[in-house]
Parts: sequence; C-alpha cells; structure tokens
Amino acid sequence: MSVIVFVEAANGKLKKAGFEGVSYAKHTADLLSTSVTAVVFGNADAAEVSSLGEYGATKVLHAKGDQFNNLDATAYTAAMAAAAEKENCKVVIFPFDNSGKAIAPRLSAKLGAGLVSGALSYPTNNGGFKVKKNVFSGKAIAEVEIVTDKKIIAFTPNSVGAANIGGSATVEDFAPSVNASKIKLVEVKKQEGEIPLPEAELVVSAGRGLKGPENWAPVEELAKLLGAATACSRPVADSHWRPHHEHVGQTGIAIRPNLYIAIGISGAIQHLAGVNQSKVIVVINNDPEAPFFKAADYGVLGDAFTILPNLVEAVKKFKASQN
Amino acid sequence: MNILVCISKVPDTTSKIAFTDGNSKFDTNGVQWIVNPSDEWYALVRALEIKEAGGGNVTIITVGGVEDEAVMRKALAIGADDAVRINSDAKDSYFVAAQIAEYAKTKNFDLIITGNQTIDFNNAEVGGMIAELIGWDYVTPCNKLEVSGNTCKMESEVAGATRVLEATTPLVISAAKGMAEARIPNMRGIMAARTKAITVVEPSAAAAQVKINAFELPPAKAGVKMISPDNMDELVQLLHSEAKVI
Repeated sequence: MSVIVFVEAANGKLKKAGFEGVSYAKHTADLLSTSVTAVVFGNADAAEVSSLGEYGATKVLHAKGDQFNNLDATAYTAAMAAAAEKENCKVVIFPFDNSGKAIAPRLSAKLGAGLVSGALSYPTNNGGFKVKKNVFSGKAIAEVEIVTDKKIIAFTPNSVGAANIGGSATVEDFAPSVNASKIKLVEVKKQEGEIPLPEAELVVSAGRGLKGPENWAPVEELAKLLGAATACSRPVADSHWRPHHEHVGQTGIAIRPNLYIAIGISGAIQHLAGVNQSKVIVVINNDPEAPFFKAADYGVLGDAFTILPNLVEAVKKFKASQN
Repeated sequence: MNILVCISKVPDTTSKIAFTDGNSKFDTNGVQWIVNPSDEWYALVRALEIKEAGGGNVTIITVGGVEDEAVMRKALAIGADDAVRINSDAKDSYFVAAQIAEYAKTKNFDLIITGNQTIDFNNAEVGGMIAELIGWDYVTPCNKLEVSGNTCKMESEVAGATRVLEATTPLVISAAKGMAEARIPNMRGIMAARTKAITVVEPSAAAAQVKINAFELPPAKAGVKMISPDNMDELVQLLHSEAKVI
C-alpha cells in the first residue's frame, strides 16, 4: 500500500505545487501508516527531482521524454493508473490546478476512486476517510467522505504549504507504455516576463476605478516591485483593457495568494468569489460603501491616483531598507 | 455538428448560503436557481454559435428532478434545440458523469461541452469523468473553440501560457472564459421554449463515490484595519511585520 502524488515539471523545473503535493501526501501516508511515491512528469533537473525526498517521498518515479513533457491528459492519466497499480496505491494526490483538473477526474473514473477536488486541509480517518473542501465559491466549507476503497484528493494550491522535513528518495525512470491522445499541440504561446497568476503568492489587481487601460503603469510598477502578478476585475477584461487571463472572479479564475491588493474594485460578490480565499486582502477605494472593505484586512479610503504613487514609493523605500 | 451541452442548476450568486438538518443540507429556502454561469455563457452559447454557422443540433442535458426543468427552459429559450433530463438527484460528480456518458453512448454526438466549474460545489470534475467513461479526449480549460468540418482548433490558457490545440471530433470540452459572450433570450425564444419537449430518461445504475456529511461557514474576518491614505509607509510596514506577507 502507498500514497502516490502527481508532480509536474515546467521548463526544466518542478512546479511549486509539486513540493506542496509531496508534503500533503506525506501527511496522508502518515495517517494510513504507509509511504509516499512521487510520480514526476516532464524533464527536470535531477537534483531537484531527488530533493522531493526532503519533503517526504521515499521513492520517485520519473516519467520523461516527449510523451510526458506536454500535458497530454490522456497519456498522463494512463501513466498515473500504471503507477497506482505498480505501487499498490490506495490514495492519489493532485494539485487542484489546470493539470490536476485535466487528469484527476479521468483517473477517478478509470480507477473507480472517489475524488475530492479543492481540499483545504489534510484528510482525517476517524470513522470514515474525510476531507474538507471549499464550496459555494469560498462562502462555505464541506466535509466530504470518500466511500470507495481507492481515493483521490486534489488539494487547493497554497493551502497547506510545503515542508522540508529532511529525508531522501530513490529515483527510478518510469516509462509505462500508454496511448497518446489525438490532440495535437500546435503551439505554446508563453506569457513572457510575467508571473503566472494562478501560482502567484502576491497579486496586485485593479478595476474600473482606474478609468482606462492607459492608467495601468503604476499597477504594473507596484507588481514588479513586489514580485507580484497582475490581475483585474471582470468589467476590465470585458472592456479589453486587460487580457482575459488576468480576470479573477466567479467566471474568470479563482486564486488564493498570500496577498491580494485590490485597487478601484468595489468587491461585487462575483469578484469576491474568486479572491476571498486570499490570506491577506488590501482594498484601496474612494467609496466608503464599497462592499470589498467588509472582506478586507487592510483598507485605504481615498483616490487611487494619489495613493498608488505613494504606495509605490513606500514599497521602494521598504525594499531598499531590506537590502 | 451534433453537440451535447451539460447544464447544472445552481443557486444564484447572491443567494444566502445557509444549512439545515444539523448543517448537513443546503438550505434551499428562498433560493433563486439559475443555469450555472459557465455552462450557460460559455458552453451553451458557443455551441449555438457553432450550430448557427455550420448547421447541426444542440441538445442540453441535466441530471435532476422535475424542479430542474425551470432552468432547462431558460437554456431552451436561449436557443437549444432539444432537452434531456435524467430523472434522478445528482448524487455526486461520478454519478452525474456516468448518467451523461451512458446517454451519450446511445447517440451520435460530435462534441460534449460542459462549463469549466459549477459555482455550488466547485468541483470541475464532470467533464473529465465523462471523457474517461466514453473514451474520448478531453480539453480543459477551453478558452477558444473554432470548428471547421470535424476539426476543432482550440486555445487553452494554463499558468503562464496559452496552448494552441487541434483535434478531430469526438471530444469532450470544458468551456471557460473567452469562449463566448453571454446571450439574453429574446421573446421568440422564450415563447418557443414553453412548448419544446423535455425528454425524461430514467437513470442507469451507478453508485456515488463521495458524500457530503456536513457544512460549515468559514471563520469570520477580524474586520478591516483602515490606514490613512497619507501613510503608505505604515501599510507596507504592517504587511511586513504584522501580516508577514512581504
């Protein structure tokens, strides 16, 4: 018996969620008195792959080569099923990101393994195997029991964190024979120089209060100084002031950064649905009645066009004092 | 092109979220039900645009009781041709996917499109499960879909990149932001929807794999700390020393 965890490489590096996934799997394995096998997809630095041992894996199966380097969900699902069989696996862990969403439901149907998506904390195994997850876009939490013998959990990235506990793992090449999908990857258009929003720990976001796309320079400057990703509200994306992939909210993407700074966003319930899981929320708005203040940790009431330059200067001063 | 669009009934975004029966059931009292936004705005509307451009048929399907027919009428009013209701509670994602896959196997669909996530249980599971059960490829999230003949050109926005994909049907697609714009039903559509038949199909055997035992509300926020707009140094210091996020 074992717990296996899906880890993905991108551009030769392991994704951050992979380390957190191994930590999540280690807690789950301890609960079931078993061990963790990480299944790594994609070409990655060997030292980094073996460092998964420090997070709690005792074994790493490394699937590399063209077939396992391009997020082919059909092939990855079959490979995860092969790994599950090889390791006599009872529980499979995925991050609840785009890759997890593409593969975990398929694997669930393939293995007949009950799936909980968007787990917020570690499972418990006291009178049933239970996991807590977000429902109603963060407005409630559900305790879900998985009643099948095999189980799959897709955890919310940045919910439990990665913990280096020391330890080491053996690494094996893993080359299961699986069929590729018929989907052809024509092109990957990289968003150069930006921090991918779904993975960002810090996010600076702005809304209609900025009045037009020409006013985004200080938002971008603030984001750059902080090492943050930029985001926006739905009206801003719908007006094509900013690209669609920056839209956070109910119909855009949901994020869970450590810090979310909202500038000129009133905080409609649909917007909050995508950001209310952020650990710390700062709201800058000139409307004291803006509903976003109720969801905020820190609020600044005033004109964004005077506050933003001051905030940029304050961050510059702070960064200089840190060096 | 024959397209099956999976729709789900969900509480309107502004609904009060409360629970009954010892916090084990969602309190539906006073809740206004809508078609799940990404099912409607992205999946259904794009399916209709493809049909209008190249011919074919759009069928909506939902797993639910007779009370779900009101939101199905809304989808018909927007322009769906046919509607199928699998007559059972939606026990869990696997149960729903198994019902839809069983139905789809008996028909001749080229595409099955779901919304990328429902706003009630936030699972993003049904599309992938259908794909596996029916043995088709699956594209998620699909932010753009162009169809010519039986070839689909798609764009999928993942962290830090847009993947351009091409495949021939059949396919299961999870529709997300960018695929289409919301469409408001017109009076003609609303009138026509009243008389369109909803086909009711009895469920096939499938067991639920997960169950919700209890709900709770998230811990309340401590309340907002207001900072003077003239003192951004204080905000930065608080984010550093108190919140410890920078």
